[in-house]
Amino acid sequence: MRRYLYPYRYRLALLWTMVLLNICAGLAVPPLVGAAIDGPITDGDLGALWVFAGVIAGVGALDAVLNLIRRYFQTATAMAIEADIREAVYEHLQRLHTGFHDRWQTGQLLARVTVDLGMVRRFFAGGMVFAISSTGMTIIIMVQLFWIEWRLALIVAVAAVPLFLIGRGFFRNYLPAARKEQDQSGEVSSAAEESANGIRAIKALGRGPLMADRFEKEAEKLRVLGIRKNLIAAKSWSAFGAIASTMLGSTLVIGAIMVANGQLTPGLLTAFIMLQLNLLWPIEAAGWVMAHGNEAMSAADRVYEVLDTEPTIRDRPGAKAVDRSSIRGKLAFEGVRFSFDDDDREVLRGVDLEVRPGETLAIAGRTGSGKTTLVSLPSRLNDPTGGRITLDGTDIRDLKLESLRSVVTTAFEEATLFSMSVRENLALGRPNADEHDVEQAVRVAQAEFVYDLPYGLDTRIGEQGLSLSGGQRQRLALARAVVVRPAVLVLDDPLSALDVHTEELVEKALEQVLVDTTALVVVHRPSTVALADRVALLHEGRIAAIGTHSELMEGSPEYVDVLSAEAEGVAA
Amino acid sequence: MTAPAHDDKHVSWRGRSEQADAERTSAELDDAEAIKELRSRSRRLLGSMMRPHKRSIAALVLILLGQNVATMTAPILVMYGIDHGIPAITDRDDYSVMIAVAVAFAAAAALEYVCMRLYIVQSAKVGNAMLYALRNRVFWKFQRLSVAFHERFTSGRVTARQSSDMESIRELTENGVDDLVLAAMNVVTIAVVMLVIEPLLAVVSLLTFPLMLLLGKWFSRVSAIAYRKARETVALLIVYFVESMGGVRAVQAYRREDRDREIFGRLNYDNRFAQAKGHQQNAIMAGGMRGIGHLATVVVLLFGGWQIMLGNTEIGVLAAFLLYMKRFFDPLNELVQFYNVLQSATAALEKLSGVMDEKIEVAEPENPKRIESPRGELRFENVRFHYREDQVVLPGLDLHVPGGQTVALVGATGAGKTTIAKLVSRFYDPRGGTVRLDGVDLRDLSESDLREGVVMITQENFLFNGTIAENIELGRPGATRDQIVEAARVVGADEFIEELPDGYDTHVRKRGGRLSAGQRQLVVFARAFLADPRVLILDEATSSLDIPSERLVQRALRTILADRTAIIIAHRLSTVEIADRVLVLESGRIIEDGPPESLIDSGGQYAELHRQWEDSLV
Repeated sequence: MRRYLYPYRYRLALLWTMVLLNICAGLAVPPLVGAAIDGPITDGDLGALWVFAGVIAGVGALDAVLNLIRRYFQTATAMAIEADIREAVYEHLQRLHTGFHDRWQTGQLLARVTVDLGMVRRFFAGGMVFAISSTGMTIIIMVQLFWIEWRLALIVAVAAVPLFLIGRGFFRNYLPAARKEQDQSGEVSSAAEESANGIRAIKALGRGPLMADRFEKEAEKLRVLGIRKNLIAAKSWSAFGAIASTMLGSTLVIGAIMVANGQLTPGLLTAFIMLQLNLLWPIEAAGWVMAHGNEAMSAADRVYEVLDTEPTIRDRPGAKAVDRSSIRGKLAFEGVRFSFDDDDREVLRGVDLEVRPGETLAIAGRTGSGKTTLVSLPSRLNDPTGGRITLDGTDIRDLKLESLRSVVTTAFEEATLFSMSVRENLALGRPNADEHDVEQAVRVAQAEFVYDLPYGLDTRIGEQGLSLSGGQRQRLALARAVVVRPAVLVLDDPLSALDVHTEELVEKALEQVLVDTTALVVVHRPSTVALADRVALLHEGRIAAIGTHSELMEGSPEYVDVLSAEAEGVAA
Repeated sequence: MTAPAHDDKHVSWRGRSEQADAERTSAELDDAEAIKELRSRSRRLLGSMMRPHKRSIAALVLILLGQNVATMTAPILVMYGIDHGIPAITDRDDYSVMIAVAVAFAAAAALEYVCMRLYIVQSAKVGNAMLYALRNRVFWKFQRLSVAFHERFTSGRVTARQSSDMESIRELTENGVDDLVLAAMNVVTIAVVMLVIEPLLAVVSLLTFPLMLLLGKWFSRVSAIAYRKARETVALLIVYFVESMGGVRAVQAYRREDRDREIFGRLNYDNRFAQAKGHQQNAIMAGGMRGIGHLATVVVLLFGGWQIMLGNTEIGVLAAFLLYMKRFFDPLNELVQFYNVLQSATAALEKLSGVMDEKIEVAEPENPKRIESPRGELRFENVRFHYREDQVVLPGLDLHVPGGQTVALVGATGAGKTTIAKLVSRFYDPRGGTVRLDGVDLRDLSESDLREGVVMITQENFLFNGTIAENIELGRPGATRDQIVEAARVVGADEFIEELPDGYDTHVRKRGGRLSAGQRQLVVFARAFLADPRVLILDEATSSLDIPSERLVQRALRTILADRTAIIIAHRLSTVEIADRVLVLESGRIIEDGPPESLIDSGGQYAELHRQWEDSLV
């Protein structure tokens, strides 16, 4: 937290100075009023009264202006700090590997950067200021009370014991309750987010009522947790109020007895009690402030839960940068193994494979053979759990991640399009791509339809590109990969949603691009194999066969089974 | 999105959309008339939220009254004890007054304790119940809104409404409603007391009241704009966050991080200032209120002092007055901060009321008709459809699909294949003409009847957070494990599922990130088979499958579709060939229609497609 406050240290110091000045100005008004009553009004001096009125007006104006300025900047500062932390979390999330994102629902992450950060900010801007200024006030008043009559003041001080005990119990119970509520609030957001994203799937099955039912269950949990949290609060807050009143009553009664016994004058008792009245509000509000503090603490914990997750895929010490011009593009898998972190069975069980510079190698294999996992490795979206992958002989973990991904580009089968302009979507991997690059990529991917959109390349395409057909989305995803012009291109079944005719056109155009590019292409169709110089068959986590298409058709029955439509029924 | 001109560079990434306000609800425009409407709409929503809790809310007000009485009694008792209790003891050695005061004090403290505790518990119950009901209402509303609405509104916005806007309202229910009521009571009580003690002085001191009203009015006017704007900036921030986290694989693979950070940073920056604006206006108001308080003190002091000098009133009265004024203004100063929360919640409520008032384009009929004899027969009667006025997709389609027939739709992108599928599954309603299922207009069918009859497998292969079994079970909620396994077995998904660490109970992770595209497609297939509808629509449902899987799926399809109506859209003719009938579409018109074998012989477009496809195999 300190890290985020540091840049604002001068501003914060200034703020605290203003808080102090503000308290002083505010406290100066009542004595001045008292003096005016005792002085000019009692004496009947109208001229002097005007002077007093002028002074009070001046101090009052100062108080008001200080208050205004303080709050104004307090807000600005708190908002700035909140925005800084939000940006830091965002940046951190971007660096966390896909495995993390697969496990964390977007709604939970969202709750952390919006709701939780808001709670922290509100405490900084409100509760904390209040807590500190009322603590200061309490101390001042207590000193005065001891000054007037220490025995009575002891009674007041004794009240601090139950307050402390209740406060401690409150912390112990309220903190976990607040945390549970915040976690559940994230679940509710996640449910809302998922249902919005899956709206077509839900509608296609008519499962709206079912989803509403499930949502209701989550919302119900949140409702119960919200009430439970407040039950804890109710116990402590009302006790605070009662203690404050009891304290006041006790001093009154005991004070009266002392007056009766001549140990105290009635005037002093009055003064004592008048002062003590000022303590009531800070004590009563303490519960509220503590609740906010607790919520802010657990919210900060939730934020730090994300910030403290170390990215597992990062640069090794001494990692070198590579660039497009110095790369020949020899990609080699050496005994590569991979297993998901919750599963001891390996998806890849020692893959050895070499893709020569400029070569196009196709990977075929049955569903579940590990193709998709394999292609996520060269650009380090995942790291192998065993063995290594080298680019021109260097382990890719010894290359700077940023630069590695600039020479190795991966396109997924499912095109993730963002609700942005077509141009922005296409230039995702190369923001400075010029008109010509984009044009060429569009042509290669047979995606000329983009020019027919209402605003051409400037048209905002829908989220997930839903106003486009599957084939159109896939062509955009392909164009996006082509724009980058990487040294190594990894394509996960990039043509699956295209019809035969379009596929043929794309392949022809793609062949020219692939001439000087090393490519690793996952294929499901014999037609896509035509792109490749060689084909490797992935079977049960190993490369079972490798060669040209015709070699494998002759030599590998497994390959024939995977890729030949003739085997049975499909061609009918 | 109102960004200054020089920000164009930062905004252009979003691209242009059909209408400037495409992503808003139609109830979200911001001219003066619309804002008026907006206010009354959000008031209606608030009313409907509170109505079920009328009694509880009345009880809450009573509890607060009790609490107010208790807290107000304490100072009075103190004064009474000092003025009467102490003299009684010192003068007459009479403790009875003091004992009475002590007892009253204990009673007041007890009352305060009980009221406060009751209030916190009860208000939490009411507040959470209201929020719970609102959450469910909003969720259900979003569920019923059409696909077209969702495509325009984006899921990020749907999420923003249900997270950030809800949070604003939650904050209101948690903080300070009691302070508002207490302060209001306090202000009224004190004003009355002052008027009773010394009417002239009271009138003078209340002279500042109009100033406060003016200030309050100014704040509520400007801050409404500021908070409304802030709701918008935070929604944009959320939309971007949700999308870039959802697509984080693409972000990382394409090294989009820097650009993303730049855009997100920009949105974050905009939001920061939009949020700060309302708070800063609030700071002005708070400072102003303090100033007015001091001004009132000065005025009363001057006028009261003058009156004392004239002998019209006494010093004691003036002193009491000044004390009361402090107690008049202090709670007001607290209240000012609460006003902030209130304004923010109001803006959120406006947004939500916009959602609640959004017209449901594809609405359920009020008096649904029932299908007498379900056969799965589909009929298009002169159906016209367009997404955009200037691009007609279906100019007038007539089509009859007898029950049990499997029809394949073939044609280039944009020919209208998917549109036909979406019309049958009623994602959209036709702009003209009717679509009938077993003789009944789809618009006259209840949602549950329609979905029982028609199920579509979309191109998305969407998996929900949960296990594989749960995802398949969505096809028929309540299905037994055996039925689920059987469905998976039929489509050939059982093999890979059983190899997963926990088999059917393996968690698929977010959006099915654990599985490959082909595996997801198989799960979705199993889901549809479990649903067992009369009409099954497959929109590119086999594109990600490898050949062995496709073979299995096709074998399954032959049995499953035997007694079922089906519409198949596939660019792979292997899937098309299991159809009884093929329709070749061009610009929304049927240009060839017949069994696949006869079309191959006829030498038309389909024959050409078929030849190309055969060439592509090996």
